[in-house]
Amino acid sequence: MFGNYITIPHLLVLFPLLAGIITFFIKKESTAKAWSLLSVVITLLISIASIYFRNNKELSGLTYNYMWLKSIGSSISLALDGMGRLLTFLTAFSFVIILIANYKSTYKNANVFYGLFLLAQAGLMGVFLSTDALLFYFFWELALIPVYFLCSYWGGEKRIAATFKFFIYTFAGSLFLLVGIIYVYLLTGATRYSDHNFSLTAFRAVVLYANQQNFLFWLFFIAFAIKMPIFPFHTWQPDTYEQAPTSVTMILSGVMVKMGVFGLIRWVLPIFPMAVLKFDNVVIGLSVIGMIYASLIAIKQDDLKRLAAYSSIAHIGLMCAGIFSMQTVALEGVVIQMFAHGINIIGLWIVIELIERQLGTRKISQLGGLAHKAPVLTILLVIIAFANIALPLTNAFVGEFMMFSGLFKFNIWYAAVAGLSIILAAVYTLNMVQKVFYGETNSITESMKEISWNEKLVLMVIVVMIFLTGVFPQPLFELTKISVAPISTIFK
Amino acid sequence: MNAILLTAIWGIIMMFGGVFFKSKQTPKYWAIAGLVLIIISNYVELTTGASFFDIDTKFMLSFNSFNLTFITIALVSTLLYFLLSGSDIEKVGDNVSEYFALIFFVLCGVCLSATYNTLLILFLGIEIMSIPLYILTGSDKRNLKSNEAALKYFLMGAFSTGIMLMGIAFIYGGNSEGSFFISNINIGEGKMPVLIAIGMVFMLIALSFKVSAAPFHFWTPDVYEGAPTVFTSFMATVVKIAGFIAFIRLFENSFGKVQAQWQLLISVITAATLFIGNLTAVFQQSVKRMLAYSSIAQAGFMLLAVFALNTTAMQGLILYSAAYSFATIGLFAILIRMYDYTIDGFNGLAKSQPVLAVTATIFLLSLTGIPLTAGFQSKFLMLVAAIRDGHHHWLVFWAIICAAVSAYYYFKIIQAMFFKEAAQDIQDHGSIAVGASITTGFKVLLILTAILIILLGIFPSLITDSIRFLFH
Repeated sequence: MFGNYITIPHLLVLFPLLAGIITFFIKKESTAKAWSLLSVVITLLISIASIYFRNNKELSGLTYNYMWLKSIGSSISLALDGMGRLLTFLTAFSFVIILIANYKSTYKNANVFYGLFLLAQAGLMGVFLSTDALLFYFFWELALIPVYFLCSYWGGEKRIAATFKFFIYTFAGSLFLLVGIIYVYLLTGATRYSDHNFSLTAFRAVVLYANQQNFLFWLFFIAFAIKMPIFPFHTWQPDTYEQAPTSVTMILSGVMVKMGVFGLIRWVLPIFPMAVLKFDNVVIGLSVIGMIYASLIAIKQDDLKRLAAYSSIAHIGLMCAGIFSMQTVALEGVVIQMFAHGINIIGLWIVIELIERQLGTRKISQLGGLAHKAPVLTILLVIIAFANIALPLTNAFVGEFMMFSGLFKFNIWYAAVAGLSIILAAVYTLNMVQKVFYGETNSITESMKEISWNEKLVLMVIVVMIFLTGVFPQPLFELTKISVAPISTIFK
Repeated sequence: MNAILLTAIWGIIMMFGGVFFKSKQTPKYWAIAGLVLIIISNYVELTTGASFFDIDTKFMLSFNSFNLTFITIALVSTLLYFLLSGSDIEKVGDNVSEYFALIFFVLCGVCLSATYNTLLILFLGIEIMSIPLYILTGSDKRNLKSNEAALKYFLMGAFSTGIMLMGIAFIYGGNSEGSFFISNINIGEGKMPVLIAIGMVFMLIALSFKVSAAPFHFWTPDVYEGAPTVFTSFMATVVKIAGFIAFIRLFENSFGKVQAQWQLLISVITAATLFIGNLTAVFQQSVKRMLAYSSIAQAGFMLLAVFALNTTAMQGLILYSAAYSFATIGLFAILIRMYDYTIDGFNGLAKSQPVLAVTATIFLLSLTGIPLTAGFQSKFLMLVAAIRDGHHHWLVFWAIICAAVSAYYYFKIIQAMFFKEAAQDIQDHGSIAVGASITTGFKVLLILTAILIILLGIFPSLITDSIRFLFH
C-alpha cells in the first residue's frame, strides 16, 4: 500500500529509531518532550493502521525482506502476524500512555532521556517484528542498551548496582541464546556452508534429534526465562524495578518482560516441540513455585514498587505455565494476557508514581486515607486493582481464565496450586488498597491533592481499555487465533 | 609486495629525514603521507594484483587476498593510530622521526609475517617486528618503568625467538622433504612424526608468547604498563593481530590436516587465556593495565579462529583484527589524554567531555560485543566458526561465560563516565591531563572511528567479502 519499499513493519521500527536519533539533538526540554510525544503518537497511528490493514494469514501480507548478510544467510525480514500486531500495538500504546502520564516530570539532559526512550521503543518493536533469528538477537540486545542507560542515569539511589546486575544477568542470558541460534543455524539447509539460513521458516523446518532439542531448548529458555523472569532467575527484577525511574519501570514491566514470553511462543515452541514436551513439567513446576513464592513475598512488602514487582513475577509465571501446558486455549489466553497485563501493570505504576511524586514516599506503612483526599484517583485505582486480581469484566479475567482452563486440562494439581496465587493476589492487592487509600489520613497523606488532567486522562484511558477488552475480547481472539493455530497444531 | 618494500623504504626515509626536519611536527605529516601512499599501493595490489616491483621471491612470499586484506587492515589501523595519537608520539622524547621510522620497520615485519611462505621468512618477519618494539618500549629513557619493561620484553622476546628457531629446526629436520616451505611440511593425515610434533609444540609456544596467550602472557601487563602509553596502543593492536595472522597461517598450511591431534592443546590454551585475561581484568584499578588484560582476553577469543581453522574462522579473524584494533586504538587515544589513568579518573567524563565519553562508550560496547558494533559481528563469526568445527563444545560455553565477565569490566568504565561524579581533585583539575589538547580535529576523528565501527557492525561484508572465495 505504500509501495514496495516502505511497509508497516518497516515504519514501526524505523520511525521510532529516527525520531530517537533526532531527539538527541533537540536541546530544549519542552521541545524534546513534545517531539517525542508526537513521535510516539504517530507510531501508535501506524500500529493501528497495521491492525486495520490486515489479512488473516499467518505472517503474510505486511512483510519486508532484504538480504542483509548474504554470506551467512541473514536477511532483514520483518513481518506482522496477529500476535505481533497485538504486541506492537501494546508497545505503541504504552509508550504514549507512559509519556503522557510522566509529562510533568522533568529530567536532567532531557534530550538524551527521550532519545534513549524512543530507541528502546524501536528495539522492542524490532523484537516483536523480526522473523530472522540473527535480526531478532540484534533487537533483543538493542532494546536492552537504552534501558540500561536510562536506569543507570536517571534511576534511584542504588541504581548503578541494581541496573548492573540486571544488565549482566540479561547479557549472559542473551549469549546463551546466541549460541543456541548459531547451533540451529548450522543445522538448517543442506550441509553446504552458503545454504545455512537464519530465517524463521528455515528454523522451523530444521530437523532436530531429541537430544539436540533438549540441549538447545535450555539455551533458548534460559535467555527468555531471565527476561520474563521465571523463578529462580528473577532476583534482578525487584531491585531494578525499584531503582529505575518509574517511566522506565513501566517499559520494563509493561512491555519488556513480554519479550521473553513472546520469544517462547515465537521461537521455542515451534522449533523444539519434543523438548517442550519433555521439560513441560520442569518449567511449569518452576513457574508455579515462582507464582506462589512471589505472591507470598508480595504480601510482606512495604514498598509499593516492590509489591508491584513481585506481583508481576507471579503473573508472568502463570503465562509461562500457560505456554507449557500446550493447550490451544491456554496459548490464546497467554497472548491476550500479555496485552492485558501490560496495560494493567502500567496503570498500577502510574498510581504509584503519582503517590510518590506528591507525598515523597511509597511505604505502605506511612500512607493511608488517600480516598478522602483524591476520590477520583481512588476509584480508578480500585478498578485497576480489580483487573490485577483478574475479576470478571476486567481484561485480565479473560486471559487468566483461559490459561487456567488450559493448565487444568494439562494437570489438575498444577492448576490447583497455581489457583492459590489468585487468592494471594487478592490478599496483597486489596490489603494495599485498604491500607493506602482507606483508613485515616496522617500527617504525610494530609497534603495529598487530586490528580491533574493528564493523569486523569491516561488512567481513564487505561480503565476504558480494561473494560473494553474485558467485555468484548472478540477482536483480540481474532488476532491471536491466526498466530496460535499453527503452533498448537504441532502439539496435536 | 608493495607494502613490504615501501614500508622499509619509508622507514629509511623517516630515519634520515630526522636530520633535515626542522619542526617537531614535520615527521608526523611525513609519516601520515607515506602511510597513505602505502595503503593506496597495497589496495591497488589487493584489487588488481599489480605490484610496482618485479622481484622473484622464489615463492617464499605469497600475496593472496587474505594476506593483502590483513595488511590493509594493519595499515589502516596504523594510519588511524598516527592520526589519533601522532601528536602524543611527539611528546615521548626528542627523536621523533626515529620513532616513526621504527614504527615503519615494525610494519615491514608485520607485512612479512602476514605473507610468509617459508619458516625462514616467518622468523625474519617476527624479528623485524619485535626488535624495533624493544626500542620503542624503552624510548622513555628517564623512566625506570619504561627501562624495566624494555628489558623484560627483550629477554622474553629473545627467549621465545630461541624456542621458535628450535621449533623450525625440528620441523626442518623432521619432514621428509627437508624443506622450509610451510605447505611442504608434508605429514599427511596420519599420526605426526615425533620430531614434527615437538617442532610444532615449540612453534606453538613461541607464537603464544607473541600473541600473549596463557600461560605465556606474563610479560604482557608489565610491558604494556611500563611502555609509553602511545606505544602500548600500537603494540596491543597492530603487532598483536599480526602475530595472530602468522599463527593461523602456519597452522592452516602446515598442520591443518592433523588438526585433531593438536586441537585439544589449543583449546586448553584458549580456555586458559580467556579465563586469565577476563578474570584478572576484573580486578584492575588502572585502565591501562585493565586494557592490557583485556587484550589478553580478546586474544583468547581470537584463538578460537586458530582452534577452528575453517573459512568462517578466517573471515572472523580478519574482521576481529579490524574491530579490535580500531576500538583499542580509539580507547588508548582517549586514555593518553586523561589526567588520571585509574577508573576513577574517568568519573564524570560525560559531563566535561561528552564527545570523548560517547565515542569511548561505542569502543567499549564493541569490545564487549554488543550488536550494531563490529565487535559483535567478529565475536559472532568466531562463535559460528567454533561451533561449526563441531569438537570441544565446552570451549564455546567457556568463551561466552568469559564474554559475559568482560561486560563487567568494560561497563565499569562506562559507569564511571556517565553515572558517577568526579572526585574533588579531578573536578578542580579537569579530567584531561595538562598540556593534552582536545582539538576539534581529534573529536571528529574519534567520531569517524566510532562510525566506522558501527558501519562494520551493520555491514561486516565490507571486509569479509574480500576474502570469501579463498579457501575450500
